[in-house]
Amino acid sequence: MSETINFQVPTMAELMARGEEPEVLFWVGCAGSFDDRYKKVTIAFTKILNKLGIRFAVLGTEESCTGDPARRAGNEFLFQMLAIQNIEVLNGYNIKKIVTACPHCFNTLKNDYPALGGNYEVLHHSQFLQQLINEGKIKLQGGGEFKGKRITYHDSCYLGRANDVYEAPREVLQALDAELVEMKRSRRHGLCCGAGGGQMFKEAEPGNKEVNIERIEEALNTNPNIVAVACPFCMTMLADGIKNKEKETEVKVYDLAELIDKSL
Amino acid sequence: MIEQIIFIICLASVGYIAYKRIRRIIQNIRLGKDEVIKDNPSQRWQNTLLIAFGQKKMFDRPLVGLMHFVIYVGFLIINIEVLEIIIDGIAGTHRLFAPILGGFYTFLINFFEFLAVGVIVVCAIFLIRRNILRVKRLHARELTKWPLTDANLILTFEILLMLAFLTWNASDTVLRERGVEHYNIAGIGSFWFSGILSSLFEGWNTTTLIVYERFAWWFHILGILGFGIYVTYSKHLHIAMAFPNTYFARLLPKGEMRNMPVVTKEVRLMLGLPETTNGSSDTSVSPESADATPGRFGAKDINDLSWKNLMDAYSCTECGRCTSECPANITGKLLSPRKIMMDTRDRMEEVGQQIESGKEAFTDGKSLLDNYITREELLACTTCNACVEVCPVSISPLDIILELRRYMIMEESSAPGSWNAMFSNEENNMAPWKFSPSDRFNWADQLKSGQ
Repeated sequence: MSETINFQVPTMAELMARGEEPEVLFWVGCAGSFDDRYKKVTIAFTKILNKLGIRFAVLGTEESCTGDPARRAGNEFLFQMLAIQNIEVLNGYNIKKIVTACPHCFNTLKNDYPALGGNYEVLHHSQFLQQLINEGKIKLQGGGEFKGKRITYHDSCYLGRANDVYEAPREVLQALDAELVEMKRSRRHGLCCGAGGGQMFKEAEPGNKEVNIERIEEALNTNPNIVAVACPFCMTMLADGIKNKEKETEVKVYDLAELIDKSL
Repeated sequence: MIEQIIFIICLASVGYIAYKRIRRIIQNIRLGKDEVIKDNPSQRWQNTLLIAFGQKKMFDRPLVGLMHFVIYVGFLIINIEVLEIIIDGIAGTHRLFAPILGGFYTFLINFFEFLAVGVIVVCAIFLIRRNILRVKRLHARELTKWPLTDANLILTFEILLMLAFLTWNASDTVLRERGVEHYNIAGIGSFWFSGILSSLFEGWNTTTLIVYERFAWWFHILGILGFGIYVTYSKHLHIAMAFPNTYFARLLPKGEMRNMPVVTKEVRLMLGLPETTNGSSDTSVSPESADATPGRFGAKDINDLSWKNLMDAYSCTECGRCTSECPANITGKLLSPRKIMMDTRDRMEEVGQQIESGKEAFTDGKSLLDNYITREELLACTTCNACVEVCPVSISPLDIILELRRYMIMEESSAPGSWNAMFSNEENNMAPWKFSPSDRFNWADQLKSGQ
């Protein structure tokens, strides 16, 4: 691919002003917008979209939290306030197709919004990337820098069990020509990172271990070079786990989009 | 003749007790809120066939799945024999089906005996796993006292019932071979398993043999009838509830949460939007319709839950697959999805007893939340759906947890401080963290500046 791409991040407002419609709306999400680590994933995914010439747009400052943490914590009022306002914005722009790098946003947009009047085709970026690979639009150069690396993939609950998306992320990783190793608990039986259901925003209840430590121990048992994730919360939890085990120089945590972007 | 009369009285009494008990269970389930579950019957039948009849999820753990399958098939098939026993008991006949079925009868009894031996072996292994090997998921805070006794009683009782069946056949065979009147039925071949046991009885005199034969016959049939009633008070009720419960289990993606139309109405009003949406209002999963009186937000007690949540509780056999996959429980937190189901059932039984004794329900000052399930348990859930995914009979502990959380937050505003901070960020900054909404698009600056 050309190195002198002038990266564009068009907003819906700009597109509308030009009378254009995007192929797909990239829903960035709060972590993708504000979390320093996950912003890198947002940028990686945006670069992929640019490199492949996909006509996309973002909402920019018109985007709000989908309301997932509020809803799962039990605050239905707050959830619906956010959701209904988002749906007003999305329907106002006549959005039909959405892609997002956050499984929580993905689940909420896809499953929770229809009952409130928001009906869209919603894809997680792993599904979107898988489609691009299958269509031959993403061609990795000789496997790229991850060829032969040991990668273990951590299933996020809101992608896996919540929506039965188990294979798309794995197929994306297989395109890297890496050595994919599975943890003992994977797919349907994958162990949560510990952050879902509002746990990201509170201390864990008393116990004898943190969930992310339990999970990272299992991941490290596979002797990976890379722990691949597809969720901002999982990324935080597993990266923290690796720091706790003082393995951050040997083992890296990457999102699927970063791995693909680096190989393009 | 007296024997027949006693048998008919026993049968009628058991029928009456069972009828009353089943009616109580149905009424208890109906304490829950209405929820219309009628969509996609073909998918529902398919799930019932695969997951309930086919025990698909039991085979997630193949060896235990197989052993459980032996008991399941044994239970289903050996009970065909109960039909003959009941008719014999009423009519005073002996092995009524033998002359009718001829050689096939011998085959059938042999097959039943084969299964009976299988059931005995598996029940013995299960007792060893539970009490000697002490498999971890079968030992927990919620599995002491009655639940522990219940489990051991069921296994012991099943062994005794099968032993009665086998020794009944054995003693009967000796009587038949001696040509004793009433037992002297032509055309019955030899039984392989009870044939081995027959040698035990060969030295007995005929009178003693008849006494034992009658004892084993009565023990077997009264045992089955008594067990039938016991089951309705026990976790073992899953043998019946697994089927309807799987049929009525939700078909939606597990990530979807039950909508609250009452809230939608209020929020739309607050935002100055027209009341109706152009979206698909999926009322099949909404326990309350938008124009109904709201009642409580979320659930404090069993009558705030859907009837399906309550049916779930009666379907739970406390196997603990949910708890063994729960990230909170694995890391030593108080939450156990199995306990959520046991608590729901215990509370239902408590309220049911109040109704039975003529008291007004729900006036005892107790509730599912706090008296049974603590806030610490609810707050430990990561909503990861592992418990829902593995349940062999399609129970959702998560649904109950989330409804109880809704009550805590919306009715009592009793969230932990850090959640309140997250709520206020969401309200003011449209993000769970304290960032300015105007900075939301700053991530793109770096990219647009050509890096």
